[in-house]
Amino acid sequence: MNRETKTLLDVDDLRVTFPTRTGVIEAVRGVSFSLGRERLGIVGESGSGKSQTGRAIMGVTPSQARISANKLAFDGIDLLRISPRERRALRGNRIAMILQDPKYSLDPVMSIGRQIVETLRTHERVSKAEARERALAMLEAVQIRDPKRVFDLHPHEVSGGMGQRAMIAMMLIAGPEMMIADEPTSALDVTVQLDVLGILDKLVSDRGMGLIFISHDLRLVSSFCDRVIVMYAGKVVEQLKASELGNAQHPYTRGLLNCMPKIGADRHPLPVLDRKPEWAA
Amino acid sequence: MSAEVVQSRRDWLLSERPASRMQARLGRAYVAWRRFSANRLAFVGLLIIIALLVIAALAGALAPYSPTFGDLKNSRLLAPSAEHWFGTDDLGRDILSRILYGSRWTLYVVILVAIIAAPIGLLVGTIAGYAGGWTDAILMRITDIVLAFPKLILALAFVAALGPGIENAVLAIAITSWPPYARIARAETLTVRNSDYIKAVQLMGASPFRIVLRHIMPLCISSLIVRVTLDMAGIILTAAGLGFLGLGAQPPLPEWGTMIASGRRFVLDQWWVAGAPGFAILIVSLGFNLLGDGLRDALDPRSGDQ
Amino acid sequence: MTSAIAVDRLEVIFDRFRALKGVSLDVQPGESFGLVGESGSGKSTLLRAIAGLAPVASGSIAVNGKTLGTRRDKAFYREVQMVFQDPYGSLHPRQTVDRLLQEPLAIHGFADGEKRIQQALDEVGLGNGFRFRYSHQLSGGQRQRVAIARALILEPSILLLDEPTSALDASVQAEVLNLLEEVRRRRKLTFLMVSHDLAIITHMCERLMVMQSGEAVENLAASDLVERRVTKDYTRNLLRASDGFVRTA
Repeated sequence: MNRETKTLLDVDDLRVTFPTRTGVIEAVRGVSFSLGRERLGIVGESGSGKSQTGRAIMGVTPSQARISANKLAFDGIDLLRISPRERRALRGNRIAMILQDPKYSLDPVMSIGRQIVETLRTHERVSKAEARERALAMLEAVQIRDPKRVFDLHPHEVSGGMGQRAMIAMMLIAGPEMMIADEPTSALDVTVQLDVLGILDKLVSDRGMGLIFISHDLRLVSSFCDRVIVMYAGKVVEQLKASELGNAQHPYTRGLLNCMPKIGADRHPLPVLDRKPEWAA
Repeated sequence: MSAEVVQSRRDWLLSERPASRMQARLGRAYVAWRRFSANRLAFVGLLIIIALLVIAALAGALAPYSPTFGDLKNSRLLAPSAEHWFGTDDLGRDILSRILYGSRWTLYVVILVAIIAAPIGLLVGTIAGYAGGWTDAILMRITDIVLAFPKLILALAFVAALGPGIENAVLAIAITSWPPYARIARAETLTVRNSDYIKAVQLMGASPFRIVLRHIMPLCISSLIVRVTLDMAGIILTAAGLGFLGLGAQPPLPEWGTMIASGRRFVLDQWWVAGAPGFAILIVSLGFNLLGDGLRDALDPRSGDQ
Repeated sequence: MTSAIAVDRLEVIFDRFRALKGVSLDVQPGESFGLVGESGSGKSTLLRAIAGLAPVASGSIAVNGKTLGTRRDKAFYREVQMVFQDPYGSLHPRQTVDRLLQEPLAIHGFADGEKRIQQALDEVGLGNGFRFRYSHQLSGGQRQRVAIARALILEPSILLLDEPTSALDASVQAEVLNLLEEVRRRRKLTFLMVSHDLAIITHMCERLMVMQSGEAVENLAASDLVERRVTKDYTRNLLRASDGFVRTA
């Protein structure tokens, strides 16, 4: 098996349920897929369970949730079997996660540089000076033009795009093998969005990382990822190569592609999605 | 009532598509009630307050003796016994009867203070918060000034000026207890005044008066109810304190604070004279506090599924 | 013909920050006009200034030929209504749909409230079953329909739309956009619509203005965008970005 096709993450029949006062909510209902060193997109609308899938893999699901799976293995390690401590050690070190809004994921009272240094030093034993050097190099790698200045800024002093870059830098400093990005660019302006995606793309191909890219934007995912999983009501309705999205079989995928306005396509009214109950069955 | 009837009634209340204004309102109240009653301690608090209401209403029937006339010859300072459960005081009056009647005065004080102070605070706070600028500055500085005085001292000053008596004590307590409500109402108002739903009402052409009264006040009321309930204990204690100092209710009125004051002379030998009303104050204060805590959870507008 | 909305060299200043730097705009009656730009471009500020929700420092705004002062009168609100971006924030959390729709009618003293509420709910595709629900009992798309019903109930001639679908799922977005087009056609409304999405604006509007940091970049017809006849680099960048990600290896 060569490096490209080696399975990094193996998910089989993943289920996430939330017990509530009025009954059990099944957020994820039997999701199976595997991830190699590639860019995998998970697409779905709100409530499809795409974010909960990412969180369950990362191990950051709210404590009342119940997670079960036939298999949830990262590089041969059974994620549901290991202790919380071992899970924590994996998190940030070998698996990283980027969230939608950097404002909520960065510590507001610590400078960006220090946060990156702290992250590095919790995972590796390095001297302060070396950590600083590597943090600056990382900030440069995410195309921050003046890393020395940004190093000393606090999260509220930078723009959304800059914050998301800093977040990516922090997540990548420990050299993870797999990254889960949950709507990493949805809060950003379109032009900034593409810059950030470009950085992410370069890092993934340079370092041979596996990337799970969770998004509601089918068009963006199909242009960015190698493979796309389409989720609906907690289930995978279709898995296909991004390049073959035009030939999608499932009516939901096609409906989703169709209902977005496109420049140059004069369709009035827009085709709407006719949700069939059997999709969720 | 059969199980099905109960079930269908619950479904009606919890319906996702209510068919009338009434059903929507009842459904909402039912959800709040369910959340409230899930909290055991709050339920105990509610029971205490209900008991207080019942006792106050039926004091005449429940009390075994007169609260104001005692047998001076035979029953002075008797210890608790089968005839006098809580003993008797220095004038031979049955303490249990006095406490039962005293619950009326406690309720009287608490309710009057609540209906005077809470609306003042609500009005001042929401107007200050919504208007902003000079109005806000002036109203809030007045609030700060009142807030700067210790409550009891200011109440003392008012009572000294107005003359002792339970009505004046109520007035004094009400005048000194609205500033915290104004602050809460203002803080709530500030969080909602720039929200889109208030902007939307402005865009309907609503007058500022209408916006404050119909759209902002309802949002402040639940946190205010919680705060008022939690303050009840303090109000009872302040009233008792004024009574104790001889500036509140005047003897022979069976007000609990006044009773403690007159019992303090014998507190070492005849502890029940001051102890029994003290215990009554303790229980009722506890009841209001527990109730307030439960209401906070049940009425919190920010909680998700309401 | 008098313009439905005429904005002339409008400046808006928030605490010394110039959010709008002399923007002019002219929207004809019955037209649908789009404002496109990224965050901080001032597109929403322009919309809010017209609605009377932003502090105007200089310049003028005229609606249906009438120049507006700093205070808007009731008649203005019967002509101009607005739909907000966030359907979760624009409905009062403690009011039922019924109450939300009744409020504008009560303010303007309509007598036939009952009938109008029914009509308004039917028009936006919500049946009577939704009438007594609280906003937390509604989905995002349903909330936005209620917001549209509320805006339409006073029968305005101009609707200001502030990213009305950006918080919604793609499939719901299509439904809401269709609904907006339908009511516009039926009621011959004038739209002024803000969006960061060029595809939505070209779909919904005949003309548009691209904005950047409080200034107008260029005025275009929707057909110009379709045929990529743009003159400014900024617009070109936006256009390229809306095509999705392109790998440069």
